[in-house]
Formats: sequence, structure tokens, C-alpha cells
Amino acid sequence: MTLALYVPRATVVHRAPAGLKLLSLSLTGVLVFAVPTLPVAAGALAAVLAVGLFVAELPPELFGRQARTLLWWLVALLALHLLTTDPETGAVAVLRLLALVLAAAVVTATTRVTEMVAVVEWLCAPLRLVGVRPARVGLVIAMALRFLPVLAERADAIREAQAARGGPVRGLRATVTMVVPLLVSVLRMADTVGEALDARGADDVPAQPSWRRRTGGRLS
Amino acid sequence: MRRRSVAVASDAPVADAARGFELLEVGHSYGNRVVLSDVTLHLTEHRIGVVGGNGSGKSTLARLLNGLVLPSAGRVLVDGLDTRSDGRAVRRRVGFVFQDPDAQIVHPTVAEDVAYGLVNQGVPATERAARVGEVLERYGLAGHADHPAHLLSGGQKQLLAIAGVLVMRPARIVFDEPTTLLDLINTRRIRQVIEALDQQAVVVTHHLDLLDDFDRVLVIDGGRVVADGPPSSSLATYRRLMDDR
Repeated sequence: MTLALYVPRATVVHRAPAGLKLLSLSLTGVLVFAVPTLPVAAGALAAVLAVGLFVAELPPELFGRQARTLLWWLVALLALHLLTTDPETGAVAVLRLLALVLAAAVVTATTRVTEMVAVVEWLCAPLRLVGVRPARVGLVIAMALRFLPVLAERADAIREAQAARGGPVRGLRATVTMVVPLLVSVLRMADTVGEALDARGADDVPAQPSWRRRTGGRLS
Repeated sequence: MRRRSVAVASDAPVADAARGFELLEVGHSYGNRVVLSDVTLHLTEHRIGVVGGNGSGKSTLARLLNGLVLPSAGRVLVDGLDTRSDGRAVRRRVGFVFQDPDAQIVHPTVAEDVAYGLVNQGVPATERAARVGEVLERYGLAGHADHPAHLLSGGQKQLLAIAGVLVMRPARIVFDEPTTLLDLINTRRIRQVIEALDQQAVVVTHHLDLLDDFDRVLVIDGGRVVADGPPSSSLATYRRLMDDR
């Protein structure tokens, strides 16, 4: 599972400010929905591919991988439109969705997470007025991207351990029996992650919240 | 005792670098469970090992050294700074490497994670980039700077975790079982890294051969220090202790 999609290259797209890239992505979205015609949707897709492949020098496999994950959604969308509207509207919807997903992939592949997070923090700056700390919002996003693959790995490890002992491998029962050990694992890890954040200077508040100092809760 | 000068973050309260770690009649308990009691130590040696059975209190001792855990009784001083009242300054002076690097790496890519502590310290971007590049080069991670951290091997992750601590230039580093999850080759690599450190290092471990060349080894059992001396005598005591069980 790869959530960090950054592909290092020295191109003008990579060097462009993250805010500009996110703004371009938003404007592309507005354009393809505001002008729902086949030429616009197809043109947007062609432009995204041209920028991604030839300007940002991203590997074609990246686009193939993204398109493959969408394949059944696109087929379902087209089928729905064939049944309820007409083929052209279906083609517009499919091309539009594909263009936006690939455009998002170009932005993700050419922008470091920290740059993206800096934009989010900037956007969240007004929320300081109501007590929100933008840096915390940014950290949450970065940590979500970091830990989702870790959690997936832990879930796989639990599933394998259960399968090795004759437990269900897939299906609802397998999921249910995995939830509790995964939750325990996540909570234990969260404890250590909290300590690691403290140790790396994330905050200047006391390392342990007052309730933990009173009651404990850590294994030696 | 070897001691070399080490650059330290500047805005800390006044600290006396010669004092090292001082634990004064320290006790700690989680609820009703006492994990450490009446521990008094003065740790100034360059390399200090800590061994003990599971649940003996050694990880708690490690966490007391940089204020991640505050003592239930007594005081812990680092270069004269009290972990209770100067926690932030203490954590700037004392780096901490955890057993599981996955829990210590908080950013998605290698270079971003190493830079994290420097961002917290307010280090300017240019200096940050230079320091991150330098530390990645030193630990053979320069070619992985933009790689997703979760795709690294276990040994590389532990090196990344160490790099993330060292880039902050702490005066002392505490390692909590840094080789427990690693194979022999990576254990050797971490050992070399620890040996090459300028900083004072306190290493909690079950890998006893890691401590052969250390200056001092503590044996913890039942929340008390039951042996304290050079590796040869302390490790012999520890082996006897374990054999008797």
C-alpha cells in the first residue's frame, strides 16, 4: 500500500508552489463541471496526461495504476448513464472523473507532503481565531499518510497470525476477529507515537497529561 | 571516561553539561504496581548499558531520563535540569530512540521525517536541508530521501529513527532496545552507529554483546539496581540472576 506517491524529479511542475498546483487542480474541477461537454472533458484529460508525462516526466505506469483502481467505477458510471441518459453524457462523466483523478495524481506525485501540509496549514490559519492550531492540523494529515500503510501492515500480520492458527482468512468473521487485536495494537502504538512526538519536540506541554501522571498506564 | 564537546540547542535553561544524569531516590509506580523504587544513580560515563528481565523496570528507567515519564517519587536531573520543571529543555538535551521505529517515524517520507524535529526547533529551511542531507548521507539513507518510510527495511527504519534524533544534535541519547526487532547484520550496524556517537549514550538492551565495550552496565531487577559496574561483572551477575530462575 503506497500512499506517499511523490516521484522525485527536477521539473518545473515539481518546483511549482504547492498552492498553485492545488489551485490549478481546483480550477480544473470547476471547469469540467461548469462546461460539461465532450471536448472540454477530453481536452482536460489530454492536458493532464501531457503535463504529467512530458512536463513532469512522471512514469506512464503511475497513470495506469491510478486508472486501474478506478476501472470498475468508470465502467459502472458509463453503464448507469447508458441506462439513464445517453452515451455522450456517460463519456463526459467518465472522462471528467478520470481527468480529475489523474490530475490529483500529478499534484501528489510532484508535491512533497510537507509542501502540501504547509498549504493546508496556511488555509487553516484563520481558524486560530477559534483556537485551532494549524500546525496540528498539518501534523494530523502527515501522520495519517504515514500511518495508514503501517496499520495495513499490522492488520495483515494479525490476519496471518490468525490464519496460521486455523482462523478465518477472509470474510466478515475474519474482519470481526481482527478488529480487537488491531485496536489493541493501534492503542499501544499510539502511546509510543505520543511519546515519540514529545521526544522530538512536538510540543512544550508536559510529556504526560495530568491524568496519566496520576494513574499511570504504561508497561515497563 | 571519554567526553567530547557536542553542539546543543541554544535556548535551553542554564545547564551544567558535566553533571550528566542524576536520579535521586527515584521511585515510579503505575497505579498500585511499583516498577522502580529508591533508585539513586549518577550517570556520567560515555557508554552506559542497562539490562534486566521483562517487566524489570528498565524501560521506565529509560523514559525517566528524558522526562517522558515523571518520577512518582524523587527527582531526575539532567545536567542539573529537573525533568519535572524543565521537561522541554531536558527533551532537547536528551534524544530518545524507541524499540519500534515504526512508532517513531511520523512523516511519510524519509527526508521529511528527519526534518520534523528541526521544524519543531524552528531551524531555518536552508540549515534544515543541509543538516538533513548530512545525516542521511552519514547513515546511508541519502538515496532514499524521498522514499516512503514504510517501504524501508527494518534496519533502515531504525537508522532513520536514529537519524531523526541525531539531526536535532542532542547532548545525550537514550536507546530503548534499539536492536530487538533487527537481524544480526542490522544489529551490528546499529552497534557501529552507537560506538561512533560523540554523545553520551544510555542503551537498554537484551543483546548483551552490544555492551562488551561499554564503560558501565546497570542490572535492573524488580525495580531496583542490583548490579552496577563494568560490563564483565554486571553481565556475569545478570546471567547468574537469570540462570537461577
